[in-house]
This record gives sequence, structure tokens and C-alpha cells, in this order.
Amino acid sequence: MKLHFPELSLILLIGPSGSGKSSFAKKHFLPTEVISSDVCRGLVSDDENNQLVSGEAFALLEYLISTRLKLGRLTVVDATNVDPAFRKQLITIARQHHCLPAAIVFKTPAGICHSHNAQRPDRDFGPHVVRRQISIMRRGLKGLKREGFRKIHTLNSVDEIDAIEGITRDPLWNNKQEIEGPLDIIGDVHGCYDELVTLLSKLDYQIEGNIARHSERTLVFVGDLIDRGPDSPKVLRLVMESVTAGTAYCVPGNHDAKLLRHLNGKKVTLAHGLDLTVDQLEKDPIDQRDLCDFLHSLVSHLVFDGGRLVVAHAGIKEEMIGRGSGAIREMCLYGDTTGEKDEYGFPVRLDWSADYRGSALVVYGHTPVGVPRWLNRTVNIDTGCVFGGELSALRYPENETVSTPALQTYAESPKPFKVDPNGLSPQQHLDTLLDLDDVIGRKIVDTRYLHNLSIREENASAALEVMSRFAIDPRWLIYLPPTMSPCATSRKEDWLERPEEAFAYFASEGQSNVICEEKHMGSRANIVIVKDQETARTRFGINDGTLGAIYSRTGRAFFKDPKLCEAILDRLRSALDKNNFWEEQETNWACLDCEIMPWSAKAQDLLTRQYAPVGSAGELYTNAANDLIAKANHPDIEALSDRITSQQKNVQDFRAAYRPYCWDTPGIDDYKIAPFHLLATEGQVHTDKTHTWHMDFNSQLTKTDPALFQPTRSKLVDLNDPVSTGDATRWWEELTGNGGEGMVVKPTHFLVKGERAPIQPAVKCRGKEYLRIIYGPDYLEERHLKQLKNRGLKKKQSLALREFSLGLEALHRFVERAPLRKVHECVFSVLALESEPIDPRL
Amino acid sequence: MLLSITNTGPDASELGYLLHKNPANVNTTPLAFGEASVFYPDTPENECTAVLLIEVDPIALVRSKGARQAGWALGQYVNDRPFVASSFLSTAISRVYGTALNGTCQKRPELVDKELDLTTRIPALPAPGGQQQLERIFAPLGYDIACQSAELDPNFPDWGESPYRDVTLRRKTTLQSLLQHLFVLIPILDRQKHYWVGDEEIEKLLAKGKDWLQDHPERDWIVTRYLKFQRGLTREALARLAPESEIEEEETTEPTGEKKISLHSIRLDRVTELVKSLTPASVLDLGCGEGKLLYRLLKKTSIPQITGMDVDSRSLEIAQERLITRPRGKYDKRLTLIQGSLIYRDIRLSGHNVATLVEVIEHLDSPRLDALSRVVFECARPQHIIITTPNIEHNILFDGMKPGQLRHRDHRFEWTRAEFQEWSHKVAETHGYQVTFEPLGEEDPTHGAPSQLAHFSR
Repeated sequence: MKLHFPELSLILLIGPSGSGKSSFAKKHFLPTEVISSDVCRGLVSDDENNQLVSGEAFALLEYLISTRLKLGRLTVVDATNVDPAFRKQLITIARQHHCLPAAIVFKTPAGICHSHNAQRPDRDFGPHVVRRQISIMRRGLKGLKREGFRKIHTLNSVDEIDAIEGITRDPLWNNKQEIEGPLDIIGDVHGCYDELVTLLSKLDYQIEGNIARHSERTLVFVGDLIDRGPDSPKVLRLVMESVTAGTAYCVPGNHDAKLLRHLNGKKVTLAHGLDLTVDQLEKDPIDQRDLCDFLHSLVSHLVFDGGRLVVAHAGIKEEMIGRGSGAIREMCLYGDTTGEKDEYGFPVRLDWSADYRGSALVVYGHTPVGVPRWLNRTVNIDTGCVFGGELSALRYPENETVSTPALQTYAESPKPFKVDPNGLSPQQHLDTLLDLDDVIGRKIVDTRYLHNLSIREENASAALEVMSRFAIDPRWLIYLPPTMSPCATSRKEDWLERPEEAFAYFASEGQSNVICEEKHMGSRANIVIVKDQETARTRFGINDGTLGAIYSRTGRAFFKDPKLCEAILDRLRSALDKNNFWEEQETNWACLDCEIMPWSAKAQDLLTRQYAPVGSAGELYTNAANDLIAKANHPDIEALSDRITSQQKNVQDFRAAYRPYCWDTPGIDDYKIAPFHLLATEGQVHTDKTHTWHMDFNSQLTKTDPALFQPTRSKLVDLNDPVSTGDATRWWEELTGNGGEGMVVKPTHFLVKGERAPIQPAVKCRGKEYLRIIYGPDYLEERHLKQLKNRGLKKKQSLALREFSLGLEALHRFVERAPLRKVHECVFSVLALESEPIDPRL
Repeated sequence: MLLSITNTGPDASELGYLLHKNPANVNTTPLAFGEASVFYPDTPENECTAVLLIEVDPIALVRSKGARQAGWALGQYVNDRPFVASSFLSTAISRVYGTALNGTCQKRPELVDKELDLTTRIPALPAPGGQQQLERIFAPLGYDIACQSAELDPNFPDWGESPYRDVTLRRKTTLQSLLQHLFVLIPILDRQKHYWVGDEEIEKLLAKGKDWLQDHPERDWIVTRYLKFQRGLTREALARLAPESEIEEEETTEPTGEKKISLHSIRLDRVTELVKSLTPASVLDLGCGEGKLLYRLLKKTSIPQITGMDVDSRSLEIAQERLITRPRGKYDKRLTLIQGSLIYRDIRLSGHNVATLVEVIEHLDSPRLDALSRVVFECARPQHIIITTPNIEHNILFDGMKPGQLRHRDHRFEWTRAEFQEWSHKVAETHGYQVTFEPLGEEDPTHGAPSQLAHFSR
């Protein structure tokens, strides 16, 4: 014989010490499923029989049970469980997690219990203990059902215990996970039969008799089939017969539940359209028994497609999905209410969907909305057909909605539900403010490139401060750029970085072609630009008139003056207009990666507080030192003199190194912008393109508006051809010899999978003189360079890859129209990673 | 860095004995951060000059363990340390001129107490306050001061003056007291952190000043400069995030900061009084910083639940130290400190009676104020909200403020009274609050009080 239990139960083994509970549990359940009070005693005190620690042991027991149930794991409690007060505590825990409490009662004869205990040297208590346990147990047995146990099995003898062959775990009624779809989910019909038929035909269903059929697809009704509308009986008949025929599923709505209560003879006020339905049923009757059976058979919610889709009439909270309890039924029928009434006399509803953080898509109805209301991973498809709105269906997995307008207004909606066409969507409205809980603390972020990236708490804390104090509105902040690793240290004596190592890196990773792009010495900037105000509102949820943003790599506004930012965005927009960009890319917005020159525009503070002072101090010191040394007439001073003289020269070279990157910017054309990636546009993250494609986009802009947009020189290199690499090396030498910063070397494609691990999307190779700005005036002195050459790149490379993955993930999520917090999570994480301690000179 | 000391007089060469460095040689001494050389350039008959030249190895510095601990490895790789007189010079003085500094001279002990005509030159001394600043510090000790300034970068005259001065100090004094003065005063002029400073080091330094610091008019300022050091780990993480160097320790409070302090006290006292009069069960101080208002609320009221929130974890650490750790259990039952933000929805903020935002809103970019007002007025939604902010009209009455300049580097805006009231009325209306206003600090008939307060209630 097998015992049946619902798949998610809390099973209490009830029986005195020695009644065979532990052996039974060991035989029929996973060791991890069994939580034993004795083991808990042992865990806290090293002695499984220590009665003095009962309090602590049970606290641990309850914690373990609660945690397992929260995570949806069947749990067996191996304790005597004879005390009703103790059972009550466990039942409360089961209820909290919407799990069914069940019991197996062991009525093993006292004599056998004694002999079991006698075999165990650690159980030296007398027979009175077992006797007392049996008597307490017996007294409580009758009340088990009343205590709330939904399933009770009693085993009366050792034979009966031994006769159990196993445990069968029954799926819950709501579990339709094996149904993958495709499905068409229909919103609240409320007796609007004609509209239902129109909608079904739009969805390509045939109606044969009263059964709606489709060759591939299945229907799901979100409930509220009846009331207020013109023909509830016909709707009921169609749904009932389709469900019976297996072409449809249905969850109950509050109106359906009320009808059932009425039919069962309960006292129900005939109002809110139920009066109409009762009248209609009198004229066009349905067999009452069939109708009751049908309504009774409806399960609070249904879980489809491996848990990816949930349908519930009024919605469901994440922790309730796939479980069963009275509270869940209440939620699914009536929603999350406060018990108060609003100005229209309706229950004040809490917006459970605003707090919903689950990954399953929840489709529901219940509250009429003007258009299908997407929020987080939920969608309300009750578009108020009976109130003169529309009847809507959601096609799954396509996630498209199909609607048909109401033929007339059958009832006046007591509460307006049509949407303001110029307002923000519910998701956008919710996203005007993000939740602290979604960003602080230790986090794991999964990206499509690298899985389960972990963000440390202290880094999140640092990012919180920067985000809160400096960053622009998160709605514009859909991307942050990754850091970039330099190439490996040059083997040549007088150099820190050279192209040879950059080429060698990509060659060793199996690449045969790379692109070298000139690295401009300005400040990294990201530009998000929209075509018009309409796009700012509909796509970014921004309603304040701004038409884009230019921000730095830490997410702060690039220009302090909003007018300057606007003017530059206008110039970019008109350049894009002239290139037919919007039409060609089929987009109304774009996200660009750029460098904005001059460096001094953004780094003025750094220049005047750090770089220039170093030059000035260096000159004051070396000049004075050289004068004094020159007056010292001593043979031993020559070495010192040489050192100070070269230091003097280094300081001059250092000043010469930063000066070309500084100029005044009185007007807009004094800025130079070099875009190098067109990162994303509507529907696309352009990581599937080659860098040549990205460079072509850039040269279009520079041709259209050469005063503002700066070309980026680039060179394709064949790594297997020494002539080609030699050419590129000379090109780099010339570039850097003329005051250029250096170059960035990338594989020709944006995304490249290495043979083993993922490879760097880009490495930089910086010029000899430029590096004085990074490593200090004297870095080329032999004694310094020797030390500097000893630098590790592993951490930097790992960081670059993680940030690269997070940045692109943010863009993908934005393009896929994920809720802002999902985009922000990635952007925030890039910022958090940036606060990891890594040598900033790399 | 470099320090030259010249003795003028008929027995000028006595300097060599006192310094215990033979003028005939180039004397070198290895130091933890580089190497010191002492040499004597040729001078006229009645002069003797000793040059202490320290070649700092910046890379060894950055990579040293001490530097990492003190947060010195943060991107200051291009730094002025090798060139300018800083705490390193003090260390070098004690290593190289240790006997002179301690007042011993084995061969000529009688020279120790002899007053000499000493001229000291430091070619790169950080003194952004120029002659005036140097006068305040060195003149009370009897020095004649000459200083030469330079442009920050001659190619960019707009960038202004270099913060470094070529400084000459002259006085008749004993060599020991000259070295003691330099030992103590050079590091305090340096705006950078003293990477090596630990508690013992501070004591050592102050010991060198015991004879003269007592009566120095700037004594308090000199001492406080020594105590501004340690930064938490998070602070370092932050500094890494802000290469634009805008998150920095506050600008040094110069000796004449008194006015500022008293205004802030007035503000805090008034807010405390107001909060007390509302007899709340629970108060939220949003943007509590290091806990100045919290301290008053704890001390002067018996409000049972006080919560301080700030986004800056370093400030919270200080508040924790001051209000919980050090008072040992005095306040910890009433006080909770949390890190949070005013632009993210936060469930912990709801359920309080009063919220205060004292000089907070002006630290946010104005486009982010919508988020702030939703967090405070919609999510936290206490019965009373008290907001204070500077009154920009009053700035004209402050000494030394340039037109258009705001009171703090981090202020994103400062409002006139009309602007603040307009914003407050709008917020109050949107969220269903009443609002009243009052001036904070001494009111000027035309320009109003230095600060302004809005009291929202519902």
C-alpha cells in the first residue's frame, strides 16, 4: 500500500518515543526532508537526548521547517508531536507558507515502544515516559481534523507500518505545468457572448456546438464569466463544454463564486449583475447539478508551462503560486484588499502587482483597465468589455494582446477606468521611483553572457551613495560602460605598453583579425537620445521635456549646464535626421558610446588640483635643487646632479604630455565628440555587428557635422600577416608620437567567444608620453620602470568582462522592455563593481 | 623635496657641527620612502648653507603597506609628494638631523643654545593661502617671511596660481627650535593626508611643540589639523568611484570658521526645539550626517525612538562611534542608524511621526527632488516634515563670497525665499500637507535670514 500526500505538505509523524517514526521516515523520505527534534537537540548541544535545551532545539526545528516550506520543499517533522499546543505552532508555520498540514499517526503498542527504547543505550528513561506520551496522544487524536490537518493516515500496528510500500506525492490541482501552450487567455467576459465569439474568431477558433476549438491552441478564462452582460448562460455553456472537452481551462472569479453560493442555497444579495444572471438562467436554464459541479471544480489559480505562466482571476502573490490555502483562494478571487472602502464604495485594493518580483508571468483580470496593464511580470487583461470597453485576450507565449470592442455599454462602470493617452504607463509610473531593497545588500545578478555575478555589500553601499548623490535620473541611465584592460606589459626594455602584446593576446585567443581604433584623450560619455517628446514619454517614461541625456561613466550628468547638453543633443539629432537614421534603424531612440574632448572640459578639477600642481611643484623643486647642486663643488655630487637634471626634464615632458588635451570651450563647437559604438536602438542591441559597422556609423556623423563630430582613425589588422601587424605598429608609433593617447584593439566582431574562457572585448595600448599622465613624470626612469613592469592584469581583465556583461545585459533588458528595476540592477552593479579596489592606472 | 638652512655670521660654519654633517662630504641616509642627501653648496665667506634633499620614490610609496592602509594608493600616482615639503620632510628631519632636533651636539655642546641668524628656504611649500596664511602661522614665532608665487601652468593663465610657494623664513633662533617649528608646522600646511600618521605619531609631533605651541594664537587649528585623518574602507571605495575628485573631505575650515559654526548650531537648536514641541513617539533624521542633530534630540528630548539615516556610510560610522559606541549604552535603545537614500523607496521610513531634513535638499541635483519628495511625502509620510535650506539672498552678506558662488562645493543649488516657498507649496499641495515657514538665524531686513525652514504637517 502507498500513502498519498499533496506534493507540498508539512507531514507530522505523531507517535510516542520508540514507535518507529524515525525508521519509517528514513525508509520513505529523503534524509534532508526529515527534520528531527532529536537531531536539533544534538545540533545545539551535542546530545540528542538533552531535554534542557528543548527551547533552543525547537526554535531551530521551526526555523528549518519554515525555511524549507518557504522554498517549497516537502518537509517531515520527526518528533513525538503528541502535544496539541506544539502541533498548533507547526500548523501555523504551514499556513504561513500556504502548505497543507498532514499527519501520520503511529499507534504502535506500548510494549514494542519500550523494547525499541531498551535497545538504545541513550534512551534510559523509564516506561512511564512512553505511557504518558501515548495517553496524551490518544486524547488528542479525535481533534486532529479540527486542528487543521488535511490528510491523516493512522497506522495501528507494526504490520501496518511495514505494509506501507511508499509515499505517493500528488500534484496540486493548480499544477498544469506540463501544459506548455500555446495558450490564449481571455479576460473577464461578464456575459458578453457576442464579443466573446468575435474575439474567438479573431483568434482563429472554431465553435462547434458549444465547444471552442483550435488545432494547436488552448483557451484559458480568467473568470468572471457572468453578471452584468446580456447573455451569461451562453457564456457559461461555452466555457463549461470547452473545459469538459479539454479545449479550455478556467479559473473562478468572484462573480462565479458568488453564483455558486447562491445555487448552493446560501444567502446572497442579488446585486452587481447577479440579479440579471439569475433572470437569464431562468429563461435559458442550465442543469443546476452540472453548473454547480463545474463552478465547484474551478481551482483558485493555474500554473502552466513549467511554472512560467500563472493565471488567477484577481492576481496572486509570488509566495502563493503553486500552493493551496484559504488565503490563496481569497487572494485569487478578490485580490489584496485592506478592508477599507474607497470614494466609489469599492474595496481599497493594494497593488500586489507593484510589489511582484516573481519571474512567472501572472495573467489576471478582475479590475477593469483601459488597456492591458503590464506591470513587472503581470498583466491585467480585463479591459472592461461589459462597461463598454473591450474584451481582450493574451496570446501566450507571444505575449501579444488581441481585443475586440464592446458592442454596447451594458453597465455603467462605477469607477472610471479609461486611460489618459498622454500619461505614463503603470509600469513607467511605478518606475518613477525605484526600491531600495532591489539595490542594497549582497546581490547576485544573472546576465546572458556571464552567469550569477556577485556584487558585494560594501560595493553596493558605495554605489548607493554615488547613485543617490550624483547620478542622473535612472530612467535615462540604461547603460554604463565597462572598464578596459591594458595589453600585457611590453617585453621591450624602455616601454610599458606596446602593440605587440595586444596582438599577441588576441592571437593566443584564436583570433586572426582585429581592428585598431584610435583612442581619443577626452572623457568617456554615453548618450541616450530620443527623436521626440512622445518617445521620451512612451519609451523612457520621461515627461519633463528633456530629450535625452549625456552622462559620464559613473552616471552623472556630463555637462553641468543643462542647456549645453540640450544643444549638443539637438546637433546630434539633426545629424541623425539628415542621415535618415530613424527610418533606417526603425527606431525613435538610440544609445551611443562616445569620447568627448577636450579632457580639460570634464577633468578641469583634476587638472587644476592634481596634474598642474604636480608640474608646478616639480618645476619649483627641480629648479631650486639644480641651482644648489650646481654650486656644490664636490665629485660625489655628480650622480645626484644627473638624477635631478633628468627629473627636471621629466617634469617638463609631463607638462607637455597633458597640455594637448586641454583647451577652452567657450562654444559648442569647441567640444569634439567621437562616437565609437552605436550600442542600441529599438528592438536591437548592436552587439551582433562588426566594429567596422560601428565605425561606419561614426563616419556618417562626422561627415554630416564635422564641426562637432570627430573622426576616429582605425585600421584592420591580419594577425597572421607580419606586414599587417608591422604596419599597425608603425601607425601606433606615429599616432602616439604626435601626442595621441594610444589605441584600442578589438576583435572585428563585438562579441567573441574564446576557445576556453570569454575573451576581452577590447584592450588598450597607450602611448609612451601619454603614460606619464598615468604613472607620473619619472615613470620611464629605469629604477621605476622595473617596478612598474611588475603589474598584474588578471583582476582588471575579470572586472572588465563582468562589467561588459552587465552593461550589455542592461541594454538587452531595456530593449526587451523589462521593468526599470531590472535594467537598473545591472547599471547599479557596474557602478558597484567599479568601486572594487583595483590599480586605477591599469 | 628640499630644505636649505643658511647660517649667517662670522662663525657660520658652526652649522655643520650642529647638524652633525660634515660639509666636506655628500652625506646620504636611506629612508623608508627614498633617500636623503645633505650637501653644502659654495657660499660667501660669512655664510654656511646645508641642503637637505630627499629623493622620494613614489612607486615604493604607493606600493607600501602603510600607504595602502591609509588609503594613499587611490589614484594619486601622479602626485606632488616627491617635490613638496610635507610630513615626509618632518620624518627626514628627525632621521637626518635627529641630534640637532633633540638638542644634542657632542663636539660643541655650547652651540645648542646659541641663537644663530638662520635663513630657511623651502622651494615648494604647499601654502594656497599665500603670504597671509604663512604670516598667521610663522609670524607669532618671530619669523620674517618672504614668499614667491608661480602660475599653476604658464600655458594656461586662466588656471590661476600654483598652491605652492617658494618660501624663505628668517629669524635669530637656536637651530633646535627652528627644526622643531618646521617639524610640526610643515605637515599641517600640507592638505594631503599624512600617510603614516597613527596616534603615537601625533603625540610625538605634539611633544615637539610643547614649549611653544601652547601660546601660539592658532594652536587649536594646528592641533585639529592633525586629527583629520582616518577614512573608512567605504570612503576609499567611494574615492575610487569619483575620479573627478569631487567627493573629497570637506575643504579645510580655516581659523576664522566661527561664524559658520554658530549658524549651524542655531539651526540645529531651533529644529530640536520644534521637534520637541511636537512630542513625537518616533523621529526620522534624513541625511543625519555625523549625527549633530541626533545628539541634540537624544540629549534634550525624551523621544523614545530616533532614527538617523544617511547615504554616506562613513558619516554613519562616525555617528555610530559618537552616539552609540562611546556613550556605552546611554542612547542605543532609543537610536537606530541606517544607511539609505532619499531617492529610493524604502519601507523602513514609514511609520514615524516626524522627519527632518536639515540642509539636505541642496545636496541633490534639482531634477532629483521629485524622487526625494515622493520618498519623503508619499512613502515615509510622517505627520510632520521639517526641511531647512540656505537662503541664497543672504549670501551677499557673507564675507569673501564671490557673486554666484554657493556656500559649499557640493551644493547643487541654493534657493531664494520665494523659490523655496514655491517648491514647498507645490509639494504640500500634491501630497496633502499644510506648510508654514520661518527664518533661521539673524534676519536681515532686505536679504532675510541666512537659512530658512519649512514645517509641513498633515
